[in-house]
Amino acid sequence: MQAFRIHADDNVATLLGDVVPGPVQIGGEGDLHSIAVLEEIQLGHKVALQDIAAGTPIRKFGTTIGEATRAIRAGEWVHLHNCKSRYDARSETLDLHSGATTDMSYE
Amino acid sequence: MSSAFEKSWTGYLRADGRKGIRNLVLVIYTVECAQHVAHAIARDEENVQVIGFPGCYDNQYAIRLVMALARHPNVGAVLSVGLGCEYVQPARIAEVVRASGRPAEGFFIQELGGTRAAIAHGKEIVRRLGAEIDATVPRVPMGFADLTIGCECGGSDGTSGLAGNPTVGRFYDKLVDRGGRAIFEEIVEMIGLRDVLSTRAADATTRADVEAAYDKAEAYCRAVRQFSVSPGNFAGGLTTIEEKSMGAFAKSGSRPIQGVIKVGQAPAHAGLWLMDSVPDPHFMSFGYTNPNDTEGIMDLASGGSQIVLFVTGRGSVIGSPIAPLVKITGNSHTFAHMQEDMDFDAGRVLSGEMSLDAAAESLADLVFRVAAGAPSKPEALGHHEYFVMYKYQDPPRRACRL
Repeated sequence: MQAFRIHADDNVATLLGDVVPGPVQIGGEGDLHSIAVLEEIQLGHKVALQDIAAGTPIRKFGTTIGEATRAIRAGEWVHLHNCKSRYDARSETLDLHSGATTDMSYE
Repeated sequence: MSSAFEKSWTGYLRADGRKGIRNLVLVIYTVECAQHVAHAIARDEENVQVIGFPGCYDNQYAIRLVMALARHPNVGAVLSVGLGCEYVQPARIAEVVRASGRPAEGFFIQELGGTRAAIAHGKEIVRRLGAEIDATVPRVPMGFADLTIGCECGGSDGTSGLAGNPTVGRFYDKLVDRGGRAIFEEIVEMIGLRDVLSTRAADATTRADVEAAYDKAEAYCRAVRQFSVSPGNFAGGLTTIEEKSMGAFAKSGSRPIQGVIKVGQAPAHAGLWLMDSVPDPHFMSFGYTNPNDTEGIMDLASGGSQIVLFVTGRGSVIGSPIAPLVKITGNSHTFAHMQEDMDFDAGRVLSGEMSLDAAAESLADLVFRVAAGAPSKPEALGHHEYFVMYKYQDPPRRACRL
């Protein structure tokens, strides 16, 4: 098992180790047991288990954890570049890789 | 095989009936100006810890927090050290602590003539107080039903909600079932979970309290435009505060929430309790709610937690002066990479090496060993970070033990 789907309603799974493009085994809840991952994704990050339309909920733990900001293909990395918080307004200003904010002046 | 939760050890009985797992002399400075002297007094002394007030002005919330810590079950005696100009009074701290059945003293540095004289005087006092509580505090048998355990998470990543926090959640279920008390807080890390939280309330009064605490926290985060999620969380795979919240909430396990307590307030009876540390409405609007992990650990200790569990994914290098901190990570890479700081590898749940039940048992065995006197990793490294925050909170409504 290389990725874990917490709830059968989830449209993402969490990676249990770093993965490269190719088939990845999925454990946990639901009937999907494998997904073709399209890019490198790191431990703890999420992969889309199905095509997700822009503006629709990202679901993990059986609950909505955010909203797709653009269309996401099955097998894509789901993170700051394609998913935003429904609460935290700064969520769309973050650097994709470091998570650092970009809306604060250090001058 | 018998459960680790059946184990017992020897603890320290306090006059209020609570039992401690350490017998500490606590040095409390009453203004930042006395900080150096307070730390110099404690340096190289055994079982002496330090906390203190940053400001000169007195703040009722901070006083409530510090006085709860001064009468914490792990504290046997108190020395309060002031400069001499500040609002907070060492003599009043000592007086209230003495009324709790603990020896306590206080002095002003200005009255002793300066740094060296104050350090020498303070060292003489903490040694005397230490010898006194060592000789006089009754030793009693203690088990999990005598424990209050707090749990904080910090530096969370994608493993925290899958392994680290669920392990604590299962541990909490078993602790509560055996008559212990469990406290979780960080309502600012329960954003989006109003309905989930509400259904966990034990009764209608608690449900209303939980919903009010949630609404306050969400409104506060929106108002200050800061949610409790950080670059390290994002880098670790958590994309939103909602996602982090679901993972953080897993530490609460599955038992009903008995009530909402405020900072400085201890649970009234056995069970799972939610601590509210978010400021109540006040014209001074005291800034960010929970600015760092140490602040949350102090809150949990103020609720009487003899041990605080700390769940991390990315790693952490903090400790706690009064309630030993036990570090758990759901990320086995982090455990291996930061082994000298990490107490427990919950990543074994993810690798399939152990079940959640087995992990909770194994954690209980570690808690037993720390309760029986073995130093946790942060304790052994000499970590005892503290942070006394100035805020406003309405005084607790429910009767509390302190």
